[in-house]
Amino acid sequence: MRANRGEKGWKGRAGDWQASLARRARASNSAELRDFYEAFPSDGEMPVGELPLVAIDLETSGLDPKRHAILSIGILPFTLGRIRLSERRHWVVRPRAGFSGETVVFHGITHTDTELAPEFQSVLPEILQAIRGRIPVVHYHPIEREFLDRAVRRSQGESFRFPVIDTMAIESRRYRHNWRSRLRAIIGRPPVSIRLNDSRIRYGLPPYEGHQAVLDALGTAELLQAQIAHHYSDSTPVGRLWV
Amino acid sequence: MDPELLEIRRHLGSYPPFDDLSDEQLDRVVEQVEISYYRAGHQILTAGEAIEGLCYIRSGAVEVYRRTGDLFDRLGEGNIFGHYGLLRGRRVHYPAIAIEDTLIYHIPADRFDELCEQDAAFADFVELGRPRLDSSPERNTAREPDSNNLMATRIRKLVTRPPLIAEATETAREASLKLANEPTAALLVVDAESDDPRYTYTDAEGAAWQVRGILTDADFRERIIAEDRSNETPIGEIVRDHLIAVQSDETVQEAMLMMLRHNVHHLAVVHRRRPIGLVRLEDVVRFETQSSLYLIDNIFAQDHVQGLAALLPDVRRSAVRMIEEEADSRTIGTALSSIGRSFTRRLIELAEDSLGPPPVPYAFMCMGSMARGEQTLVTDQDNALVLDDSYSPDEHDSYFYALAKLVSDGLHECGYARCKGEIMATNPRWRQPLHVWQRYFTRWIDAPNPERLLHSNIFFDLDNVYGEERFVESLQEIVSNKAAESPAFLAAMARNALNRTPPLGFFRDFVMEKDGRQNNSINVKRRGTAPLTDLIRIHALACGSQAQNSFERLSDIAETQLLGPGVADRLSYALEVLSLTRLRHQAIDINEEREPDNNIEPENVPPKERAEIKAAFRALSDAQKFLRFRYPPPG
Repeated sequence: MRANRGEKGWKGRAGDWQASLARRARASNSAELRDFYEAFPSDGEMPVGELPLVAIDLETSGLDPKRHAILSIGILPFTLGRIRLSERRHWVVRPRAGFSGETVVFHGITHTDTELAPEFQSVLPEILQAIRGRIPVVHYHPIEREFLDRAVRRSQGESFRFPVIDTMAIESRRYRHNWRSRLRAIIGRPPVSIRLNDSRIRYGLPPYEGHQAVLDALGTAELLQAQIAHHYSDSTPVGRLWV
Repeated sequence: MDPELLEIRRHLGSYPPFDDLSDEQLDRVVEQVEISYYRAGHQILTAGEAIEGLCYIRSGAVEVYRRTGDLFDRLGEGNIFGHYGLLRGRRVHYPAIAIEDTLIYHIPADRFDELCEQDAAFADFVELGRPRLDSSPERNTAREPDSNNLMATRIRKLVTRPPLIAEATETAREASLKLANEPTAALLVVDAESDDPRYTYTDAEGAAWQVRGILTDADFRERIIAEDRSNETPIGEIVRDHLIAVQSDETVQEAMLMMLRHNVHHLAVVHRRRPIGLVRLEDVVRFETQSSLYLIDNIFAQDHVQGLAALLPDVRRSAVRMIEEEADSRTIGTALSSIGRSFTRRLIELAEDSLGPPPVPYAFMCMGSMARGEQTLVTDQDNALVLDDSYSPDEHDSYFYALAKLVSDGLHECGYARCKGEIMATNPRWRQPLHVWQRYFTRWIDAPNPERLLHSNIFFDLDNVYGEERFVESLQEIVSNKAAESPAFLAAMARNALNRTPPLGFFRDFVMEKDGRQNNSINVKRRGTAPLTDLIRIHALACGSQAQNSFERLSDIAETQLLGPGVADRLSYALEVLSLTRLRHQAIDINEEREPDNNIEPENVPPKERAEIKAAFRALSDAQKFLRFRYPPPG
């Protein structure tokens, strides 16, 4: 029962998150960040099916948070029961520096779009408001975590950390860290792809074409609904899922 | 619309009933979509519970059940469910279960209500489970089936490619090279724009040109070779500066008259002033030979069976054209039946020519689809001979057998296969004097048994093709007088009509049976049009209708109280849908050079047609259930 071994570990981490969120709430100099930390559902024992969730996707000009910038942010509040498209939010932001433009075609965001857009700093309060009281859900969390952290450091002068549910990490647990994947490695087969669309196909979800932030957030939200339906349940403690 | 939601919009917008929504309405739907994932086996809707919205299957598969637990429908990508409940107190009527991992787009109930209010086609679709019913009487009667299509078809239909164009400064040699691979063997000669505004147009690059005239093969012969000019002559010098052109929305007939009037074989087709193509006299003539009127003239002009049989490709082309021009099933059915009758009549005339005049008067009658005026491209022959009562078998039968044989063999040559059930005048049972026929008909009604019911189903669609009309009328009278007064007969016919039932509909590339089984194709005659015409026949007999055509029978039935309000309309719709489906698939077979049949393969049925066919099957199924109660066995 390999999955259980990971389960034992989460209590420690979740405990850490609850304490760390409380510490951050006390220590923050920003009223908005303080409010965000205080409203965060930090109890790792809460069943995931009862929690408000929010899918987040960032489009960035590259993969390195030191050199690249956030271009747009897509946010989609949801629950395990329902994803409401009408509640989606989308911001295009003006990068401060390092916008090389190499992903322009990929995301469909042009220089003109970003030149007219507000800076990250001025939309941060709206973003915090939109994700307030919800568990963030992302696909491949280092991007969202590191880029948001750096952007908040730059504008607020303090770090920004909170737990997220990572649908890629869930896929990785199922498809990368088990005997089947080790067998694949031994016989020289490529590992199962855990990219967003490849993961979606495994659950019978349709592939979505395009890489807009909101569409990827939608793809991530649907993927989490499917993963929970297949591998967990509504009553799974959220602390077992977040990282 | 945000680009993020285009994916969802594109998907919704390609399935009925959303495909017919305005862009603005569709945007509003997409904005409010709510999404849920259901694992295979998960209950999506539970009977009696409140329903929050219309369910649209984005991916996966769902089964919908009746409250009795019977399978109501199996649905796949692009299908909707939950609308019955939304229309009836927002409670779930039919429970639904995901049978595969399924992603559902929910459209909130308020948005659904708004769509029903604002969009009549949407409301019809969700209320009736099918697109809007077009039961206006004009649809079935407006077009004269035998009207010459030349009158109605616009010349642009004959234009298949843009015209070949050459500048007036090009040499005859250059122009003839261009013509080498041109099937119309003609090109348009253009000049830089002049003061004359006629036929001046601007090309895609913005340059203005004036069309000077048409240059054909013949011009090269007559003006270069015959007049001994150099092949370096600019074509501007040899083209006749008189363009004969027709507007693209003129009729084919007008175009033909214009060619005759000007004695030319080519005509430029223009849209306003821009040339869009060239048509040749041959194109017009070929088009005309496919019209049913021409065909019928041609049938009567043939002097032997081989000539008649050679017309089969024309018959098929003419039917395919009507189908592609979206004529209604009744127009096509009547045209094909007229053609079938003409073949039969001509074969009888030819038989009389070779056998001599008949020894006693007779009627050659047809049954089945030809009698109803509902023939398709796949049809076998059902015919019989009614002879005068002075007929004496020993003296006269050799004549009538020979006649029946000539006609039957001839029809077989012309594509009307011999009847497998031997319902042909070559069978001595069906080559009898009038009084014997009268006895047959009376006995079939008075004492039905399985074999006689089969005969009633065939012979009670009856029409005269040749000879003594009164013989056939006297038989039709027996049917219309006696059948309505014979409840036992009607009950037996009703029971018999339930032997063939429709399937539930389609699921992906399969035909769904009521018990959940799936097949790769369906015989739409056996499972659709035939049981439906059987059912209509029974109601028609019950109300004493003398009509043979199913649509006419339905309008006779609609005048009575036999069916509930609107049911005759619904059946008329179902018959139209199923007949057109059958014809369209025969046209597909012919276009793909297969022998046409009555099977349809679900992969060839687009989503909209699927919804129509499913609704038609359901109408038939409901009407069959009603039949049992309407004509109960007496006593």
